[in-house]
Amino acid sequence: MKKRIIKATNLSRRKFIVGSAAAGGGLALGFNLPFIGTAEAASAAKTGTEVNAWVVVRPDDTCVIRIARSEMGQGTETGLAQLVAEELECNWKKVVAEWVAPGQNLARKRIWGDMATGGSRGIRGSQDYVRRGGATARVMLLQAAADQWKVPVGELSVENGVITHGPSGRKITYGKVAAAAAKLTPPDPKSIKLKDPKDWKIAGKPIKRLDTAMKLNGSLVYAIDLKLPGMLNAAVKACPVFGGKLVSYDEAKISGMPGVRRIVKVHDNAVAVVADTWWHAKSALEAMPIAWNDGSGASQSSATIAERLREGLTATNEPFASWQDGGDALKTIAGAAKKVEAIYATPFLAHATMEPNNCTARVTADRAEVWVPTQSAEAALAVTSEESGLPLEKCEVHKHVLGGGFGRRGGTQDYTRQAVAIAKQFPGVPIKMIWSREEDMAHDFYRPISQCKLSAGLDESGKLVGMHIRLSGQSINAYLNPGAIKDGRDVRQLQGLYKEPGDAQFGYTVPNLLVEYAMRNTHVPVGPWRGVNTNQNGVYLECFMDEVARAAGKDPLEFRRELMAKHPKHLAVLNAAAEKAEYGKPLPAGVYRGIAQFMGYASYSAAVAEVSVSGEGKVKVHRIVIAIDCGHAVNPQQIAAQVEGSVVYGLSATFYGECTVKNGCIAESNFHDYRMLRLAEMPKVETVIVPSYDFWGGVGEPTICVVAPSVMNAIYAATGKPVRSLPLKNVKLA
Amino acid sequence: MAKLNINGKVRDVQVEAGTPLLWVIREQVGLTGTKYGCGVAQCGACSVHLNGEVVRSCSIPVGGVKATDKIVTIEGLSAASSHPVQKAWAELDVPQCGYCQSGQIMAAAALLRKNPKPSDGDIDAAMTNICRCGTYQRIRAAVHMAADMAKKA
Repeated sequence: MKKRIIKATNLSRRKFIVGSAAAGGGLALGFNLPFIGTAEAASAAKTGTEVNAWVVVRPDDTCVIRIARSEMGQGTETGLAQLVAEELECNWKKVVAEWVAPGQNLARKRIWGDMATGGSRGIRGSQDYVRRGGATARVMLLQAAADQWKVPVGELSVENGVITHGPSGRKITYGKVAAAAAKLTPPDPKSIKLKDPKDWKIAGKPIKRLDTAMKLNGSLVYAIDLKLPGMLNAAVKACPVFGGKLVSYDEAKISGMPGVRRIVKVHDNAVAVVADTWWHAKSALEAMPIAWNDGSGASQSSATIAERLREGLTATNEPFASWQDGGDALKTIAGAAKKVEAIYATPFLAHATMEPNNCTARVTADRAEVWVPTQSAEAALAVTSEESGLPLEKCEVHKHVLGGGFGRRGGTQDYTRQAVAIAKQFPGVPIKMIWSREEDMAHDFYRPISQCKLSAGLDESGKLVGMHIRLSGQSINAYLNPGAIKDGRDVRQLQGLYKEPGDAQFGYTVPNLLVEYAMRNTHVPVGPWRGVNTNQNGVYLECFMDEVARAAGKDPLEFRRELMAKHPKHLAVLNAAAEKAEYGKPLPAGVYRGIAQFMGYASYSAAVAEVSVSGEGKVKVHRIVIAIDCGHAVNPQQIAAQVEGSVVYGLSATFYGECTVKNGCIAESNFHDYRMLRLAEMPKVETVIVPSYDFWGGVGEPTICVVAPSVMNAIYAATGKPVRSLPLKNVKLA
Repeated sequence: MAKLNINGKVRDVQVEAGTPLLWVIREQVGLTGTKYGCGVAQCGACSVHLNGEVVRSCSIPVGGVKATDKIVTIEGLSAASSHPVQKAWAELDVPQCGYCQSGQIMAAAALLRKNPKPSDGDIDAAMTNICRCGTYQRIRAAVHMAADMAKKA
């Protein structure tokens, strides 16, 4: 469960002794560092008193809750604040969230733990220590009141930030005792008891986000909106062929263009035009002739890559990541009464965050700062330090709300590195580097491409007796985290097909099962992508299950249920989705159902899609019911928002998403040829939260993996022909 | 040099005629609520009102905008986020990352001005801006809610 999610490159590991376990476990809660220094103390009236790292209380009883993870729309900021506030027993109406910067975190021995935000771990990865942070602060605030009144702390109670002494009826608010509380020695962490989630009053409730107001009137400053005195703007272009290098550029051709200040090299593969405005920089960059050395990648295309993957489907004698259950699956299938076999494929996909990659950097002789949308502020700090040559303590990262993340802006921080590389050539001058949409499409870390061959054997009665899953495709770890690959075997690409419980377990019991992954890498950079690997693997397994069910002459839901007795949580969400969708009930003429269930990011998901296919082969998704068991549900309405969003992200990929490789580059360049789902195509989404309250699962990513297969299975039901590759725009359905 | 009426205020901007209105609004005027998403009029993050009509400002050269044309950006839509669309958006917690929402709100406001009680089909036709977080379901509900609010007001 712990090591499967990548968040940072080796680079940040060199800089920090990280590892999520170490960060959580070693977290110094109870470290209480009240403001030192007169300037800060003097402003305490305004800024409040730090009771502990997570909680600052102002004299007006406002509780400032510190948030270390990044906010990119997924609602983690609000969810984490709910968890702290729940234990703090403060007044939710007086809660404000405040972000911490990685430089501060480092200066305080990483008191706020791991700041990386990916793998749907924002809540589940920090819930324990943030709740303890809230509880610790509560204990200290109560003790301060007890000390002031000289009564036993056991005689006090607190609600909504108001402390009451039962016997005397005296009351005092958090704001009045915070200064005294901050001076106390924090309690023994072992003495801190967390609430039973059954007693939650703030957490677990469908309350509104803390961060909406500024998103309604244009006042929220995203990194791309930043204005600094003396700032210049940079437009950048890297060699379109991955791995290619910059040879030369013809500066003279754009020397007279308005606003241009200077043209600079960026590492060995890119060039930037720096100008007064970004529009001037971009216009000049587009007008400047650039010569590239494309390198060996230029020989690659979607066809050559598909061929390499296809070979991996039948390869033998190499170290596969694999596991098996029961006896010899291959022999069983070969000798079975009925055999089913199918090959599926999914393409590279770009993230296409609405806010293109950007970063503002300012580098002086003894200070490097960046303002950046990042999912991994500490990786951004490490990159800033490396690229500027300044030690970590002389660097800082100013985090901004991300205009979308989806896994693009994690540990790699390639765009932050570029911005620092440009800015260090302009000492003291803030440089805002913005990627054009075209640059953003051309230089992503794409969702890995893969193919999957599945075979199954059925006995005479239609019972499944064996299954073989051979996955072939690109490895994220090979690109970003080679150290995680053991003896050439990369388990991570099998997410959702794992034997082990907890994170992304295969949800069926198959008598003879063999699951294998053949690594086939390409020159195209790959990385996490909302629900990565479970998305592709969910398509493969769940569409194949429908093909096998049909071969067995069974209803797809019944066929699955028979194999899920040993996976009660998988089964429970499948049943919940089927029930909400009234699975057995007839649909209007021409509308068909498709179901899917899968597990990823420590949560269980299932979907029932209702789809029609017109005579011309046009697919319409009318309704999708999605059930999720994420263990504890911290904010049900935000979970619903994430489910709704995952349907859109998943359907964009299902219908349109495809990055094709031509002469070594990505051919698609903008939203005209990398289409997105629009509102008119949005089905009705119904979310069923099935919390089982005995684990902490993710929310942002898990449900996307059932979107495509449920729709594909409904199309299969409608047309009688299985869909085996995506996107649907390439599939002839009529 | 251009004269622009933005949010009721006339401003002189020093800029080449071919510069897209979006970048004039963002870089010369300094109003950054209007966003860059694609630059090719696909995503609608740059939506503003031009004489009451919603337009994609990334694809309008500023040279074609007259001093008498009235431009309204998200910052000028209402005082204190009091437009029914903004209120409905808040009520239903529509935004996720929020980056596209200025454009979505401007598109919805323009729709309701022309069509105070839009059907689902009207909303489908008018609301073509891209949202990568996938807030469409709540956008649809919020447009209906805003229509109801405006009616009651």
